[in-house]
Amino acid sequence: MNGGLSGTIAVTGVNATDNPAPGVPVARSLRDAPGFCGRIIGLGYDPLDSGFYASGLLDGGAILPYPSVGRDALRHALLSIRDQFGINALLPNLDSELRAVITMADELREAGIGTCLPDLNALERVSKAQLPRLSAAAGLRVPESEALTTPDGLPKFIKRVGLPVVVKGPYYGAYVAHSEADAIAAFRNFESTWGLPVIVQAFASGDEYNVCAVGDGRGNTIGAVAMRKLLLTDKGKGWAGVTVVNPRLLSMTEALIGELRWRGPLEVEAILSSHDDVQVIEINPRFPAWAYLTAAAGQNLPLVCAQMALGEPAPSRLPAYAAGRMFVRISLDQISDLSTFAALSATGRLIGPTGDIS
Amino acid sequence: MDTSRLRELAISDAGFVFDPTTGHTFNVNATALLLLRALKENAGSGRMLTDLAEAFEVDHEHDLARDIEEFLSQLREHGLIR
Repeated sequence: MNGGLSGTIAVTGVNATDNPAPGVPVARSLRDAPGFCGRIIGLGYDPLDSGFYASGLLDGGAILPYPSVGRDALRHALLSIRDQFGINALLPNLDSELRAVITMADELREAGIGTCLPDLNALERVSKAQLPRLSAAAGLRVPESEALTTPDGLPKFIKRVGLPVVVKGPYYGAYVAHSEADAIAAFRNFESTWGLPVIVQAFASGDEYNVCAVGDGRGNTIGAVAMRKLLLTDKGKGWAGVTVVNPRLLSMTEALIGELRWRGPLEVEAILSSHDDVQVIEINPRFPAWAYLTAAAGQNLPLVCAQMALGEPAPSRLPAYAAGRMFVRISLDQISDLSTFAALSATGRLIGPTGDIS
Repeated sequence: MDTSRLRELAISDAGFVFDPTTGHTFNVNATALLLLRALKENAGSGRMLTDLAEAFEVDHEHDLARDIEEFLSQLREHGLIR
């Protein structure tokens, strides 16, 4: 793979708590690519986003306005960051950013900032509310689900599919409810946190697998890596996992990318039952937090997206990856003096590499 | 016997087994390790019987044959042989 990539690439979502965003692993995948000689600018929403303090990870950083502030504020901030850091490409990693960045992709390209994203129609089709319709078109199985705007539909749904059910916010979060009251409480919680609709889904039992893939926008899959979660946090996030080469999971992902003509990264979450029955439970239109495992297994998918965003030649198909590559997360304390926090707090900018405490 | 799934297994000398299709892992004892390796080489039950008898100095062939059959049924349950 061409690792000799240059250019300045902005990567969003550099918070890395026990529910980590994908920015740090995406930046790490670029940084570790053989011959990578570009610069990486981390973009976050809080001066304490932990990626800003990761030694050797970033060449600079900046604070973005929250997506709720609006598209104009984001565009203004990105152009200001371009002027300051000379960014040539933007890799947005949070669901809440995607719609705004896709709608301004042409303006950004004219301003010299490339992206690697699907079109708005494809983004809408992978939303949780649209998943049953998409799966029918792509020939995939999904657990029965409904998008609800009030909790009134919950009792009827539960009566039909039985307990437990999975209650999900439109962007983030999933809660396994074991009673009707539990489901209604979860509905209210997601409604107040993320808004409507709230999705309720029949519980699919089996082992959870995720596939991270990149499409070329013409229906072809450039690379795809499947992973089985080995350990979950109490929020249901993968804390350890191992790559698998499962033809059913990979062909399912390729069918989705073909149906959507997807451009850029996505993650497919699926349940594989003991009878080898695959059900898609969710599609995330971005890299997952375990994206670094793709690079470690032999398919550096973030690097491919960076190449596409920069307009550089990207491989049409990555070589096969290795099964049995593991990740196990760790919580550790990063040491910094106050200067990084002070710079980000006072100016919203971090000039120079992260982790430099000299 | 279809052993194509089983032949994909990664097996360490210590008896740690990884299924690269499902990500499942197993720990097996020395006798199971010997049998898995024999099956990966497409050995028949006669050779498995001989290998076991030699490796563990057991001469009760009837018991060994029963143990092998029991092990094979466990592999079938896990979908590793058909």
